Amino acid sequence: MTDRAAQLQAFLDRTPFARFIGMEFKTDGGTLVTKLPFQEKFIGNRAINALHGGATGAFLELTAMAQVYLESELQRPPKPINITIDYLRSAKSEDLYARAIVHKLGRRMASVRAEAWQGEDPAKIVTALQAHFLVAENS
Amino acid sequence: MSDKTEHQDVMLKLMAQNAQRIMSTVPWAQALGFELTGMEKGRAFAKVAWREDLVGDPDTGVIYGGVLTALLDNLSGICINTALKKPMSMATLDLRIDYMRPADKGRDILAEAECYHVTRNVAFTHAWAYHESRDKVIATAAGTFALNDISRWASGNEAMEIANKMMNGGK
Repeated sequence: MTDRAAQLQAFLDRTPFARFIGMEFKTDGGTLVTKLPFQEKFIGNRAINALHGGATGAFLELTAMAQVYLESELQRPPKPINITIDYLRSAKSEDLYARAIVHKLGRRMASVRAEAWQGEDPAKIVTALQAHFLVAENS
Repeated sequence: MSDKTEHQDVMLKLMAQNAQRIMSTVPWAQALGFELTGMEKGRAFAKVAWREDLVGDPDTGVIYGGVLTALLDNLSGICINTALKKPMSMATLDLRIDYMRPADKGRDILAEAECYHVTRNVAFTHAWAYHESRDKVIATAAGTFALNDISRWASGNEAMEIANKMMNGGK
């Protein structure tokens, strides 16, 4: 694990919400793959046992934020400005994985896309998120 | 009063009576402590209390943005039901959240959602999260939801039972 990844792990370890959802990650070079181990509380619709859009959305937002943090030298987590979430398939009651690509990391703004999938095929996207973060320190 | 309006009034009344049951059928809303506080035709109101384990930034105590995403998504879904002539199931197609300002540490967050247009297959919503009043908005949301008939759904589910009761005009 790189120093930066270790810092990210330390931040997530002391962030209550990250612990509340139990997000895990591993890094492959400079790219994260995050995992959200399934828990009953993530269910949004009991009739079809689908995960709540707010649970997948929150997990993707954390993934996008973590990837920006990993690629920058920020001391504080980046602040979200806006996010757009596309729900492509209903997420089943099983583990969820995600990764994010930082399309632009400027001095003030970062633009990121994150994608979540289930099972073996990362190309079969369940939910996608586009986010802008404020990355300027002291703002 | 036309039959349709009357039917919708009965539905709204039933939804209001079952407000907490509607939330409690959604485990994720329950886990985050969402409370449904009011419903009108095409609108819904909710509250989430500040809680230590929902904090996204340990240095400031600010609630994680994803909690607001979940709240506004959920409330938008509920407000659509108050605008429909019969209960339908819905799935979020897309949701955009704008974060205007961070929430204050230790304060409850209120939210309201409005369904401003419905077609046969899609419903469009706007939602707001704030402290106390709409003057200082923490986040806004714009959502689109796909609508599905619930008649094909499995029974034995509490939310569906409430919905079916509504479809029969509360009898």
